[in-house]
Amino acid sequence: MKYEGRLYKLSLLIFILILIVFWQGFYFLAVDVLQLSKPYTVPSPLGVGERFLDLLSNGTLPEATLQSLGRGILGYAIAIVIGAVIGLLIHHFYYLQKNLKPMLLGLQTLPSVCWVPFSILWFGLSTNAILFVVVMGTAFSISISVDNAIKNVPPIYVKAGLTMGATKSQLYWDVILPACLPELVSGLKQGWSFAWRALMAGEVMTTSIGLGQTLITGRDLADINQVMLVMLVIVLVGLLIDKCIFSAIEHRMLKKRGLLSE
Amino acid sequence: MSLIIRGLSKQFQGSDEHTLQNINLEIASGEFVCVVGTSGCGKSTLLNLIAGLENPTEGEILLDGEKITKPGAERTVMFQDHGLFPWLNVIENVKFGMKINGVAKELQEEKALHYLKLVNLYDYRDYPIHQLSGGMRQRTALARALTMDSKILLMDEPFASLDKQTSNRLREELQRIWLETQRTIFFITHSVEEAVYLADRVVVLSPETHSIRDIISINLERPRHIYSPEFIELRHRILDEVRGEAI
Repeated sequence: MKYEGRLYKLSLLIFILILIVFWQGFYFLAVDVLQLSKPYTVPSPLGVGERFLDLLSNGTLPEATLQSLGRGILGYAIAIVIGAVIGLLIHHFYYLQKNLKPMLLGLQTLPSVCWVPFSILWFGLSTNAILFVVVMGTAFSISISVDNAIKNVPPIYVKAGLTMGATKSQLYWDVILPACLPELVSGLKQGWSFAWRALMAGEVMTTSIGLGQTLITGRDLADINQVMLVMLVIVLVGLLIDKCIFSAIEHRMLKKRGLLSE
Repeated sequence: MSLIIRGLSKQFQGSDEHTLQNINLEIASGEFVCVVGTSGCGKSTLLNLIAGLENPTEGEILLDGEKITKPGAERTVMFQDHGLFPWLNVIENVKFGMKINGVAKELQEEKALHYLKLVNLYDYRDYPIHQLSGGMRQRTALARALTMDSKILLMDEPFASLDKQTSNRLREELQRIWLETQRTIFFITHSVEEAVYLADRVVVLSPETHSIRDIISINLERPRHIYSPEFIELRHRILDEVRGEAI
């Protein structure tokens, strides 16, 4: 059965409620009744909710979230600039296209957490170390999508622009950029998900205030509910930005161009 | 305006054969010239050379005495697949060429509306491109091309991907617009009927020699009737030449 809009949202909400009820039921059965595991090894919805209220009221959670978000956005912005420059260079110079691009593609297989040791040796346990991980984990994927997006612009748009007398810069700004925008945005969206993951890898390994550190504090205090809570917040923040910003822009753009089936 | 093609040859890199060989042609101001030929005779290449999208291997093309080396607004092209920008609506597309050439905003608006009326799309000016039919897209492309005030308008099989009825209507409209605006038009088509209907002169390209086989002047009165005996006779004559059976 297909359902859309409000109905879908309602069904999703109900599904999440069912999940939480099952989770609490499982906790009750396994920990309270059968005593299969110790309370501090299994998180429960009630426990997580309690920690949520604690960390919200003492300000830890909002501050950590804001710190992480700010750092993530800064690193992401730097990655976009560097990625765009490399992408344009790759697109422009055949030599780089042939030699550098395969290497960048290869680097994509390297999980961003692998940049952590390198960044700590360079920057110490600082915010800069985290930013470095974010940039390294994000910039190359962006440069590849910039190159691909430009490459996939239908040649007829360029020809149309040229035969109407477009200069080189007009061709880039008024034809190629708008033409490759949908693909560019989906590349940036993917870049954001890389940046967010790289950010957490960096934050867990270093000591700046943020969601990653709040997660590690949870481990240090053997507080499984805090660990679970922070994991949920990381997922929710990442999703929220993906849905509310990138997907919204993508949806509007595709709809305007008639590339979306209603 | 005068366009002179002199000793023009084109051979693509890595190909043993010429795509075009020793083309000589002069086009006068206000003339409507159609080029016909079977596929592979090089007619689209000829248009691309005039547009400056390709460079010739030998020979030259002179527009008002100036050699063509690159694309430019004075030789705007109307493509078979319209080449409209999907991120702009109808009137924004029509204004695009004027905008990048620095035409004043008020004049852009005035000319865009004028040509949209001319192609009967005034009521559709705010439509997104994807909501237009194939014929309406070509009309938009025609309006956009007309706003450029090019010295010569290059048309690369503009009606070829439309259904027969739509393409017949559009060629009637194109004739009316040409009579009203007195533009110089260089028109590529594989339809001999379309060429005889529209052209002052029909250039027949040979697929064997990749050169001009014949140039036929069409002295029929306009508007032309495709079922008149003179029309049918000319059509058959040119069709034979395209097939390579005459001479």
